[in-house]
Amino acid sequence: MTSTLEIPVADSSALTTVTIAGESDLLLVRSTMRDYARQAGLGLTATTKAVTASSELARNILRYATGGQGTAAIEQASSGQKRGVRATFTDSGPGIADLDLAMRSGFSSANSLGLGLPGSRRLVDEFSIDSAPGRGTRVAICQWDR
Amino acid sequence: MAEIAAPIMRMGQDLLITLQPDLDDLSVESIEQEITSEVARILARGVLIDVSGLDVVDSFVARVLARLVRMVRLLGADAAIVGIRPAVAITLVQLGVSMSDVTTALNPEQGMARLREMRADVSAVGHHDIYS
Repeated sequence: MTSTLEIPVADSSALTTVTIAGESDLLLVRSTMRDYARQAGLGLTATTKAVTASSELARNILRYATGGQGTAAIEQASSGQKRGVRATFTDSGPGIADLDLAMRSGFSSANSLGLGLPGSRRLVDEFSIDSAPGRGTRVAICQWDR
Repeated sequence: MAEIAAPIMRMGQDLLITLQPDLDDLSVESIEQEITSEVARILARGVLIDVSGLDVVDSFVARVLARLVRMVRLLGADAAIVGIRPAVAITLVQLGVSMSDVTTALNPEQGMARLREMRADVSAVGHHDIYS
């Protein structure tokens, strides 16, 4: 079928990509995350947890990624009746050699409290991480309205 | 800039600092400078840091708050964090941030009462030392 294939008009709220390159971008990540969480109908506590987790992950990029640069891609999510917000944090930094160790509470490679990754995981409904030395790091989180 | 980030209100020998939403790391650090200078300048006895305007407190801001309380104590004043929102309290505990060594209260009024209690305890201990 080569006939008219409707190209859906992109909903402006479908995906927002925030470039993380400086302190002020943390505020943008937080406010974007908050807007999407509200749109998805998340409650106050679920929203606060999701926004806090995104703040931790965005700060990880500033602190650890090469040149402190990366992106946060924030979008609406749905699964059956559930609605939610999903955020994917990507950087092309040095990557993490031992993910199990990095996910352990108390581990830190740069003298922070080491709460960023394991702490963020506790705050959200879904958390996945993909990283290897020299390949950068991608962390995806999702928070549902129920 | 720093004045917008945290207006400081003086009440006698006590200071009430009201943190504004959407602090970034740099404004948080300038607030540390400002509060410690003001504590030393007026010989403050108590400092209340009101965070009720913050709908998010991440581990960085929480650490700055705890650090600020320790700095104020080093200067000889008491300090308390007041107005942590319920959703923020839930989030901080799940995140794993420990604020157990920091005095907290629900609002500035209760925070002021806590500071007065702490002073009363100190002077009571002082009397025991004298008479025992």
